[in-house]
Amino acid sequence: MGFIKAEIIFQKTKSPSRPPQRGGEKQRTMKKIINKKTLSLGNSKWAYAPSPESTSHINLKKQYELFIDGKFVKPSSGKYFDTINPATEEKLSSIADADEKDVDKAVKAARKAYDKTWSKLPAKERGKYIYRIARLLQERAREFSVIETMDGGKSIRESRDIDIPLAANHFFYYAGWADKLEYAFPNRKPQALGVAGQIIPWNFPLLMAAWKIAPALATGNTVVLKPAETTSLTALKLAELIADSGLPDGVVNIVTGAGRTGAAIVNHPDIDKIAFTGSTDVGKLIQKAIAGTRKKATLELGGKAANIIFEDAPIDQAVEGIVNGIFFNQGHVCCAGSRLFVQEGVADVVIRKLKDRLETLIVGNPLDKNTDIGAINSKQQLATINKYIEIGKNEGADFYQSKCSVPSKGYFCRPTLFLNASQSHRVVQEEIFGPVLTVQTFRTVEEVIEKANNIPYGLSAGVWTDKGSKIFNMTNKLRAGVIWANTYNKFDPTSPFGGYKESGFGREGGLHGLMPYLKF
Amino acid sequence: MQIQTISPQARPDFSKTPTIDQVGVEERVARFQTRSIKKESKVQGLKLALSMIDLTTLEGKDTEGKVKQLCYKAAHLHDVLQGLPTVAAVCVYPTFVKLAKKQLEGTGIKVASVATAFPSGQSTRKVKISDTHFAVENGADEVDMVISRGEFLEGNYAYVFDEIAEVKAACGDARLKVILETGELSTLDNVRRASEIAIYAGADFIKTSTGKISPAATQPVTLVMLETIRDYYYKTGKMVGMKPAGGISTAKIALQYLVMLRETLGDKWLTNEWYRFGASSLANDILMQLQKEQDGVYQSGDYFSKD
Repeated sequence: MGFIKAEIIFQKTKSPSRPPQRGGEKQRTMKKIINKKTLSLGNSKWAYAPSPESTSHINLKKQYELFIDGKFVKPSSGKYFDTINPATEEKLSSIADADEKDVDKAVKAARKAYDKTWSKLPAKERGKYIYRIARLLQERAREFSVIETMDGGKSIRESRDIDIPLAANHFFYYAGWADKLEYAFPNRKPQALGVAGQIIPWNFPLLMAAWKIAPALATGNTVVLKPAETTSLTALKLAELIADSGLPDGVVNIVTGAGRTGAAIVNHPDIDKIAFTGSTDVGKLIQKAIAGTRKKATLELGGKAANIIFEDAPIDQAVEGIVNGIFFNQGHVCCAGSRLFVQEGVADVVIRKLKDRLETLIVGNPLDKNTDIGAINSKQQLATINKYIEIGKNEGADFYQSKCSVPSKGYFCRPTLFLNASQSHRVVQEEIFGPVLTVQTFRTVEEVIEKANNIPYGLSAGVWTDKGSKIFNMTNKLRAGVIWANTYNKFDPTSPFGGYKESGFGREGGLHGLMPYLKF
Repeated sequence: MQIQTISPQARPDFSKTPTIDQVGVEERVARFQTRSIKKESKVQGLKLALSMIDLTTLEGKDTEGKVKQLCYKAAHLHDVLQGLPTVAAVCVYPTFVKLAKKQLEGTGIKVASVATAFPSGQSTRKVKISDTHFAVENGADEVDMVISRGEFLEGNYAYVFDEIAEVKAACGDARLKVILETGELSTLDNVRRASEIAIYAGADFIKTSTGKISPAATQPVTLVMLETIRDYYYKTGKMVGMKPAGGISTAKIALQYLVMLRETLGDKWLTNEWYRFGASSLANDILMQLQKEQDGVYQSGDYFSKD
């Protein structure tokens, strides 16, 4: 019986009013009572056999055209680029490269559709079309999930359980608002803006398309949307689905291409509104480009969120929240909890648990139903992540990676920690957009608020504590658009999402998400 | 055996155990349930589960005949299939321990006995200790005791702690499983606290339920108990076993429990020395699945003996 040992373990809670100068000793005691025996996790005594999702049911074309005015048309330049599977580095399809002429055609089609049909349609008819898109998306969810995983590298578990159902939910939710705008904004006479130019990122390709298209259509606007060049496929499958839905021609136009195509949308004179989700650098360029024009804008940009664990937090659940916060979608999440702050009294135990949990994460074939962390989206992004890992090592933070095996082909990155990081490290200050977590400790509430806010971004944050009043205190003082309490990375169509400071402006989702597409 | 007395200073303060977030626990459990266990890992997992079963009969109407039949089943699960393990133990009331011990001689199967006024635990300390002595003297390899839930809910953690420590002393060499009866504890915070009390008082195993109360074993409760075992291991380096009991009746659910075990405590616990299923009908469902893996088709339930 280890009664004496038990006494040591519990002495911390038995004497809450210790003199402060003994804090250092308390930490040493904590270290001493954590024994060195490790759990053997993630090895092969009982390994899970491969369980890949079938790809036989999907329908992918060899080549995809631009979706303009309800038809698939060839790009005026005749140029195409490859889209590849980042898990295998194999080509999936050729994608049309749209230039200024193509964008102009798309904007003209959107304008014509707005003037001739869409703005004339009774609001409840608009709603019917959006409901129809939502239902078709649910029907084809399996195909969309597999293509999303093949094109973007995210695990099938996430595309199947999160991306695709949530995208359908956004269409359902905004379909409901279409004929109720006057009740949403009473006595303010809400009116559509006209043509919206929308540029979306590669981390949640279909979901971001839904976030953009659904509120724009519900409020009576028409759309020219550009998906990211590495992940165009589900947007183009959505174009096929929209064509099948019978939506009037030109209401949704999808043009594919890289930065040049995006610039053509931003600079087109007949666009009334720009909605952009992506990097802060590009967001700044867009804002400069549209300065002095009538174009409205919403920008949803980068983030470097603080995920804060207090001593009184439910520790095992908090460790899950840390993992979900940074390793969800390989860390390609603008609101990822990439800066972990742990209160010193529980730091040792949280870090030990976190390291053990890392060993149970399965990194590999994104199509395998047991994969937790899939492939990095592109070679370029993997290079960026590796660059930051080198920077972090040189800066002197303690580097730790899980020991899992990764496939030899494809772009993969092991879950990575930088322990004992400090506020002045670049890996703490800059958005990495990968499975890399920096870990800092703190002592007091004031200290952690100051550190959490000491960053140009302000998109999201997480707070873990058993005490309700502490949560409300933190949410008042943290400068972030979204704050999760005792959970992380939860999304819902009814909840507004958006940032403070250089994380952008405007809100998407919920009632708030209607406003940027309306004039009053 | 000498009964150990504990000075109040040496007893941990159980009023300040870590908090548990129920929503977070349920989310984690949902992740275990989506693991896809196929082909060879399924067969391996099912055989492992089979070897972890405490085949149980705990009824007022138990007779010598019933216990004999159960013991035979324990050693001969399904002789048609090659390479099957036996179950880990047969679990009976103290009065049948001697019989079960004789029936299972030479099989390597352990005899577990419930004790301490099972299932309610509503009796005096003296009766509970003598109940334990009786089971051990008759040859029980393992003793499954119940905690005093009434005292626990009144906040008399010291009473519960001391009682477990005394029963542990009465067990001698027999391994002690402490049944928390989580269905009566109502919150996960209570499950965590009761688990700590049992572990620090000397439990070799902690066990969810008697099987007489609904809900019996649930996955959120089991996860909280596994995490308590892990925390104790982190602090002391000592292993404690886990036994979910009651309500685990299908192979599919058993595999989910094993996934939870593997990803929470790791390889060292993947053995019947440290993990058990308290179940009566689980074995036949696993056998049916194993037969199907071999033949490619399911057989009628009538091909599997019901004892």
